[in-house]
Amino acid sequence: MRIRRAGDAALLVETDGLDAAHRLDAALREADLPGVVDVVPGERTVLVVADPSADLDRLAAQLPGLPLPEDAGGGAPPAEIPVVYDGADLDEVARLTGLSREEVVVKHSAATYTVAYLGFSPGFGYLTGLDPALHVARRESPRTAVPEGSVAIAGPYTAVYPSRSPGGWRLLGRSGLALWDVTRDPPSLLRPGMRVRFLREESL
Amino acid sequence: MIEVVRTGPLATVQDLGRPGHAHLGVPRSGAADEKALRLANRLVANPEDAAGVEFTLGGSVLRFHARAWIAVTGAPVPLRIDGRAFATNAPCHVRSGAVVELGTPPAGLRTYLAVRGGIAVGEVLGSRSTDLLSGLGPAPLTPGDRLPVGPVQDLGDMTVDIAPAPPLPETPVLRVLPGPRDDWFRPDALTVLTSNPYTVTQDSNRVGVRLDGPPLARRREGELSSEGMVIGSLQVPPSGLPIIFLADHPTTGGYPVIAVLTTASLSDAAQLRPGQEIRFLL
Repeated sequence: MRIRRAGDAALLVETDGLDAAHRLDAALREADLPGVVDVVPGERTVLVVADPSADLDRLAAQLPGLPLPEDAGGGAPPAEIPVVYDGADLDEVARLTGLSREEVVVKHSAATYTVAYLGFSPGFGYLTGLDPALHVARRESPRTAVPEGSVAIAGPYTAVYPSRSPGGWRLLGRSGLALWDVTRDPPSLLRPGMRVRFLREESL
Repeated sequence: MIEVVRTGPLATVQDLGRPGHAHLGVPRSGAADEKALRLANRLVANPEDAAGVEFTLGGSVLRFHARAWIAVTGAPVPLRIDGRAFATNAPCHVRSGAVVELGTPPAGLRTYLAVRGGIAVGEVLGSRSTDLLSGLGPAPLTPGDRLPVGPVQDLGDMTVDIAPAPPLPETPVLRVLPGPRDDWFRPDALTVLTSNPYTVTQDSNRVGVRLDGPPLARRREGELSSEGMVIGSLQVPPSGLPIIFLADHPTTGGYPVIAVLTTASLSDAAQLRPGQEIRFLL
C-alpha cells in the first residue's frame, strides 16, 4: 500500500490491483473514520477525500491497520441485468473481432463481471471481466446521444448507460432495468466490487 | 417567492453540493466559490449550507414577491434594488414587489445571492445544487422561473453590517501541492508550471478551467489506470495543457494529475475569467 497526497484534503492509496482496491474500499466504508467525506475506488487505487480540517497524517497512519474483508462483494450472488442483444454496433463488433454476431452475444452473456469503479456519469459502472476476444476500441466519433439502458463495450470494459448521454462505446443491446434512480437509496444499482451477469432476453 | 425576470450567461441554484456519492459517479457539485456562498449565508444568518443563486458574469434581474433580506457576495457587481445602489457583502432589505438588479462584475466571474431562509427548491441526493455535468438538481434558471424561499422563524439575528472583502487580484496566484502523479512528468514540469503564466481559455465552466501556456512534458508514456480525482486537481491530458477541475468535475479520470490546488486557492480558481493570466506557486 503506497499512500500519496492528493492536495491538502485527500489521500490517493495505491493498491496491488482491483480486488485489493475493493477490499480497502469496503474496509473504509465499514470503519467510517471521522473526517472522511468520500471514498472513491479506481482500478488500482482508492481515493480518500477528507474534510479540509481533518488531520491527513493521522488518517494516513490509520489506513494500513484497517482490517480488510476477505471478499469485497460480501459473497452476494451476482446482480442480473436482462439484455436484448439488438445493438446498433453488433455487426461492426463482429467484423472487428472476426466473430459472428451470435458468438459476440454468447461471449458477452456468458461472463461474470465485476464493477471496477463508477464514473463518467452517475451510476455508470465500468465492468471488468469482458472476454478478451471482445476488446474493441471506442468509435472514432462518439454518438451525441446514446439511449438510456444501452449495453456497450469498449477496451476491456462493458457498461450499461444509466441515462441518455453522449458516448463512444459500441452498442451491443439494451436493458430495461433502471440502473440509476435518485429516489432509491442507494440511487445506483451498481456499486464498486459488485458482481454482475447479463441475462439474454428476446424482448424487453 | 423570487421571480426570475432576466438572467445573464448562467445562473444556477447552489448549496454546498452532494459529497459522499463520488463512488457512484456523482460529482460533489455545489457553489464553485464555496467561501463566497458561505459568507452570503452568514450575512443573512442562514446556515452556511443553505442554497443560494450562483450567477456567472452577473447581468440578472429578480423580482421579490415577498419582503426578504438578501446578501450578494463573490465577484463584485453593481447591485440595485428598485433602482437604488446597494453595497455587496452586506445584508440588504428587499420590500415585497421590489426588483433586484445585478450588473456585470468588472472583475471575477461568479457572484452569489443568499436570501434569508434559503432557496427552497427540492433536494436531489441531499442537495439543491445544479450539477451541469450530470444533470442533477434544478435546471439553470430561465426567465419566468419562481424560486421558493424557506422559513426564517428559526434563524438567528443578523449581526454583521458589512463584511470587508479585498479586491480580486489582477493576476491571481494559485497555490498548489505536487502530486498525486507528478512522477508521470519530466522532472522540470513543476518548474515549468510555476515559473510561467497560464491563460484561462474560453471553454472553461463549472466542470473545469482550461489553460493555455507552456505544455507540461511527460516522462512516462502509456495509460494511467482510471482513478478518483479531487476538486482542484490539475489534470494533464496528452496536449500537456493542464485543466483545473472545479465543483462539477467528473469523479474519476484517466489522465495524470500533476498537482492539486490548496483548499484555500479554490475560491480564486472559481473566479477566473477567460483571457485572464494566472500563476501557480508551490
